[in-house]
Amino acid sequence: MSALTLDRVDVARGGRTILDAISLSFAAGRLTAVIGPNGAGKSTMLDVAAGLRTPDSGSVWLGEEDFAAIGRRALARRRAYLPQRAAVEWPISVERVVALGLTPTLPAFGPLPEEMLPAIDDALIACDLVALRDRAATSLSGGELARAMLARAIVGDPELLIVDEPTAGLDPRHALDAMRRLRDRAQSGRTVVVAIHDLDLALNHADDIVAICDGRLIAAGPRDAVVDEAMLGALYDVRVRLSRDAEGFSVRFMGDAA
Amino acid sequence: MSRWLNPLLVALLAAAAFISLHAGTVWLSPALVGSALFAPQTDLPALIVLEIRLPRLILAISIGASLGLSGAVLQGLLRNPLAEPGLLGVTSGASLGAVIAIYFGFAGAFSLATPLFALTGAFLTGMIALLLARSGGTLSLILTGVAIGSITSALVMLALNLAPNPYAAYEIMTWLMGSLTDRSWDHVALALPFILPGLALLLLTGRALDALALGEVQAESLGIRVSHIRLMALSGTAFSVGAATAIAGSVGFVGLMAPHVVRPLVGHEPGRVLLPAMLAGALIVTLADLATRTLVLGGAPLNIGVFTSLIGTPFFLWLVLYIRRRTA
Repeated sequence: MSALTLDRVDVARGGRTILDAISLSFAAGRLTAVIGPNGAGKSTMLDVAAGLRTPDSGSVWLGEEDFAAIGRRALARRRAYLPQRAAVEWPISVERVVALGLTPTLPAFGPLPEEMLPAIDDALIACDLVALRDRAATSLSGGELARAMLARAIVGDPELLIVDEPTAGLDPRHALDAMRRLRDRAQSGRTVVVAIHDLDLALNHADDIVAICDGRLIAAGPRDAVVDEAMLGALYDVRVRLSRDAEGFSVRFMGDAA
Repeated sequence: MSRWLNPLLVALLAAAAFISLHAGTVWLSPALVGSALFAPQTDLPALIVLEIRLPRLILAISIGASLGLSGAVLQGLLRNPLAEPGLLGVTSGASLGAVIAIYFGFAGAFSLATPLFALTGAFLTGMIALLLARSGGTLSLILTGVAIGSITSALVMLALNLAPNPYAAYEIMTWLMGSLTDRSWDHVALALPFILPGLALLLLTGRALDALALGEVQAESLGIRVSHIRLMALSGTAFSVGAATAIAGSVGFVGLMAPHVVRPLVGHEPGRVLLPAMLAGALIVTLADLATRTLVLGGAPLNIGVFTSLIGTPFFLWLVLYIRRRTA
């Protein structure tokens, strides 16, 4: 399995710098959480990392291959991307929504090939969707829809999984559940990158932390080496109390930085 | 159900086509129609079948197919259940072309002037919509289409306002109401070279429309080039619906109705809606044409556009209420 590497990536939009010379590597087999304040450039960095936006300068590498050389369909087979608030616009059944994840491998016409059905079943089982497979995707609750979208993303077993805000709008149990499933993906050797606002979830479930602010890289590396009160305080411009016990990290924000 | 939907629609279409060849001002027996089709003759029934009803039937089927299919493609592309071919300004562009031909008297000079001008109008408006909306997204495509449609409709009204004589105004009105009366093999030969490639382009978008159900960003991430699909849908619509409107005038609501009739039967999947929507569109227009030929209200024959709008508008109202109930 291959790591994802960003090499001196610059992105500007309308004369404003969004990403400024970002160089970092997302390791295979690890769950990396990208954290930072609103407007820091997290979503843009994920777009670049997913190959959906070509950087103005710099390059992106999946293993030893440059994104520019991989090709659109081949990349779509190897990488899955879930945007914020992913939704389905027609009342299509959950099973068919999950099958959409196989789009890059489907022939141009005709029904779903028989040999792809086991992959769909596996994804439905992995995401606890078997009972919901015939339900219309527009009638699902937030937690169920998040599971259906994750199943759609992993059905083709992509080596790179990029998710923007997997826990937004989910209650604690469903949020924990979503993080656990993403961890499972990382543990089976895939490269998993998530942008996330919930620091408790990020610190307790991610292997690596990447912090960006105003388009610049603040810190990147293994969680325990990177995360401390000073770094988080500088990142969000608030006072932070970080405590750690047997259950894991907990973060408290104390108001404006003095 | 969904497995039998396409064969069922084909069978219904064949039945409608069969009746369409027999029914009309002069009712013919199956024996007469059969001998006219398969044993070339020059008597009156053979002339009616071969020179009047057959080209008209072929036009009705291909026009309905164009409207139904492009409606389904546009609804899938724009992810909007209210989208229909007229939204892109192609239909009103064709109307403007036809009105110019009638207004300046070209229509009197040679018989195919009206469809040729209408075809030019459709392609020009389609190209303008595409150029203006090229860099923008889906919303800018809709807004551009609506703006172009409004301008061309205003120009059509201007032509009616300034019509040189009542006869020209009458002719423009009749054309705007849509009709398949007096269409010949010349019209078939003019329309099919545009309609068939247009339909092929539209049918190729199926897979991408499925992925677009997840939104444009996820479709892009699945390897779909959304800008290419937009280009295919718009040019396919310009070719097929442009040619259809050029021949028959505006036939409203078929593009809106046909996809909705079949959508629940194929599990709402945008790609699987395409083929049945095309068949349903062909069926609706064939039946509407049959109705306009056999139903005579107060002496004057109904125009096909009037007929489809008459059944289409209540359907549209139902659709609006249904969507409101579902989203409330």
